[in-house]
Parts: sequence; structure tokens; C-alpha cells
Amino acid sequence: MSALAALFVRDVRLAIRVGGGALIGVLFFLIVVTLVPFAIGPDLALLARVGPAILWLGALLASLLTLDRLLAIDHEDGSLDLILTAPVTLELTVAVKAIAHWLTTGLPLVLAAPLLGLLLNLEPPATGAVALTLLVGTPALTFLGLVGAAVTVALRRGGLLVAVLVLPLTVPVLIFGVAASNAAIVGPVRFGTPFSILCGLALMSIVVGTFATAAALRHAMD
Amino acid sequence: MALIDLANPTRFRALAEAVLPWLAAATVVAFGIGLEQVYFAPDDYQQGATVKIMFLHAPVAWLSMMAWGVMSVAALGTLVWRHPLADVAAKAAAPLGAAFTFLCLVTGSLWGRPMWGTYWVWDARLTSELVLFLMYLGVIALWRTIDDPTRAARAVAVLTLVGAIDLPIIKFSVDWWNTLHQPASVFRVGGSTIDASLLTPLFVMAIACTLLFFTLHLAAMCNEIMRRRVRTLLMLQAEAAGGH
Repeated sequence: MSALAALFVRDVRLAIRVGGGALIGVLFFLIVVTLVPFAIGPDLALLARVGPAILWLGALLASLLTLDRLLAIDHEDGSLDLILTAPVTLELTVAVKAIAHWLTTGLPLVLAAPLLGLLLNLEPPATGAVALTLLVGTPALTFLGLVGAAVTVALRRGGLLVAVLVLPLTVPVLIFGVAASNAAIVGPVRFGTPFSILCGLALMSIVVGTFATAAALRHAMD
Repeated sequence: MALIDLANPTRFRALAEAVLPWLAAATVVAFGIGLEQVYFAPDDYQQGATVKIMFLHAPVAWLSMMAWGVMSVAALGTLVWRHPLADVAAKAAAPLGAAFTFLCLVTGSLWGRPMWGTYWVWDARLTSELVLFLMYLGVIALWRTIDDPTRAARAVAVLTLVGAIDLPIIKFSVDWWNTLHQPASVFRVGGSTIDASLLTPLFVMAIACTLLFFTLHLAAMCNEIMRRRVRTLLMLQAEAAGGH
């Protein structure tokens, strides 16, 4: 257990210190949301209507941006080999790394969402709904992205390929994330219906992502 | 002959080359019968002659999904038994699946032009086919990025299996999303509403397309084995040239 805790502390520290780049994702999120009014015009009513979709798309792209560093850095400096040979179940190791990654890149997106919602003229309940769906949805994105990062771990430039591989898999999360946000704002479905499906998708992604990533790493390294 | 004997590429190629002409002949015969039946099938009372697109569109759509099934079985073979032939089967199936999905999208939009008045609508079935097409392209991209074929096979196998779990969920979510956005869909082909006079040609065409898939798949597997042999020979040659 202490090995896992040590790994967790190490990953979080590496992410938030110089060179870790944990907050670049949030910065990217902010820039994407800033660019949208330039593209579709500063009409506040329109922005309020498409706001949840923009926030979700921005968070989706921002969470992809940091994925290629999730395992590749450890592979480059050799620490991934040490982690793989450690006497700890690989699935647990993978899950701990993913949770540390989500805390440093996913959670900041969730916390930034209310502020960006203000820029997009979202009402407070709508902002709350988007933040809540992002809180549930971003772990799903992290664990799905983890699979993409694992199958491309040995590639020198896997960045764009990870996005190409992972984005189609995130279609259900995007659909139900935006649907739940919109359900809270305009209906006609109750918020709980799409939101519980989103929770289910998140739980399933955590399970599938953990085991698939462990399998991919085992096969990639031997 | 057990499955493990086929791991020997020479033995597999001998078997495949014996089967291939027969499979190709069966494909031609099935297409002959199928096209003849399609030609003489009655037009739909609403859709007219455009209903004939269905006889290609529906079988191709079915094969676009079956190809992922073939890849998933091959992926299990790669990860569980490390059967070398499974790698080859998975690699040969990916471009075929992409091609059949592309055909499904093209025939779908050609059919949509007279029916919907536009080449593309965000209909649930078309949209999930599009996502499937993107996933095939991703798999092909991964095959082409990792240069060591064994390593590539394992990475692709994991991705294929995750995709196989996610595909039904994508289908379900797109259906849900579509009903939310388009409450009254203009288009409906119910399975039971098709008349028997149209069902028989459809069935024959489905068999013909399936035979076509397996013919092409077997031929592509033979090509892939030859490609790997060439690669090995080139590497041995390079080693011999540099290693003295």
C-alpha cells in the first residue's frame, strides 16, 4: 500500500512542479472558450444556448492534450520499467497513476468550468449542472485516454495519434454529458436520466480503462 | 489439422491457396444469382427503383460490423494464445472493414439524396457508421505507426477489444441522442415491414457480400504473410551486409 501511496505522491508532485505542465490544460480550456465568441459572434443568447456544448468540447480537447505525457515521460526516463517490475498489482498501479493524473489535470478543468460559464452567459443552475457533469465525466475521459496512452507508449510522437484513437471512444460520454447539462437547463428529459447513464459510463470506463491499460503495458514491455 | 498447425505460414498458405479459387468462384456465383434477383425484384410502391440501393447498402452495413467482430476474435487470439496467424488476420481485416464501412456510408448517402433530399442527415444509423469508420481509420493508423509487427499487433488487439466493448454503447448513445434531437424521424425501415419479394434477394446479396469478404480476407492474409517474409529476408540481408 505504501508503494502505491508513494507513487501517487510522486506523480502529483511531478505534475505540479516546474516542467509538469498540469495547468496548461486549464489554460488551453480558457483559450478555446475565448475563441468561440470570435467564431460564432458575441450574441449572449446564442452563447447561453450552446454554452454547455462548448464547455464540454473544450474540456474534452483539454483532457486529451495532456494524455501523451501520462505514460510516455515515465517510459522515456525508464521509470515505467521499474514501476512494471515492482511487486504491486499492475492494475492498481495504473489506477493510481490515472487518479493522480485526473487530480492534476481533470479536476482543474471542473473547477475552471464555473468561471468560464460566466463568460458564456450561463445561468448559475446551468453552470452548476455543467460542472457536476464534468466532475463525473472527466474521470471517464482520463481512463479512456489512458488506454490510448498505453497502446502508443513506445512511440516517440504519439500525441496526435492518441487523440485519433481516443476521441471516437468518448462519443457516449460527450453525448450524455451535454445531454445532462441541457436537461437541467431546458429539459425535456429529467436531469437524473442522462446523468445516471453518465455515472454508469464513468464507472465502466474506470474498469475497462484500468484493465485494458494494464494489459497493453504488459504486452508492450516484454 | 489443428488450429496450431496453421501457425506454420507455409502450411497455412498451402491451405489458403487451395481454398481461395473455390471461395472466389462461390462469390461470383452468389453475386450472379443475387444481382439477377435484384434486377427482377419489384420496385417499392413509395421509393421506386431507389429501393435497390438497399440490396447493397444493408449487406455492406452488416459486414462493416462483422469485420470488427473478426478483428475482436483475432485480438483474443493475439492476446491469449499469441497465435501468429491471429495478428495477420486482424491486420488483413482492418482495411476491409474500413472499405465496407465507407461503402455503407456512400450507398447510404446516395440513398438519402432521393429520400431525404440531402446527401447527409445526422440519422442515428449513419452517425454510428461514421464513428465506426473513424475507429477503423484509427486502428489502421496504429498499425502503420508501430514498425515492429508483433508489438503493433498487441497494441491494436487491446484497442480492438476496448472498441468492441464501446461500440454497442456508442450505438445506444447515438440512438438516444438522435431521438432527443429529431423526435419525428423521416426514415424508417422496419425489419418485418419488408415484403418477402424483397427479402429473398436481400438474403442472397448478404451471402454474396459475406463470401466476398472472406475471399478478400483470405487473399489479404496470404499477402500479409508474404510481406512479412520479404521484411524478414530484407532484414537478414541487411544484417549479412553489415555484420562482418
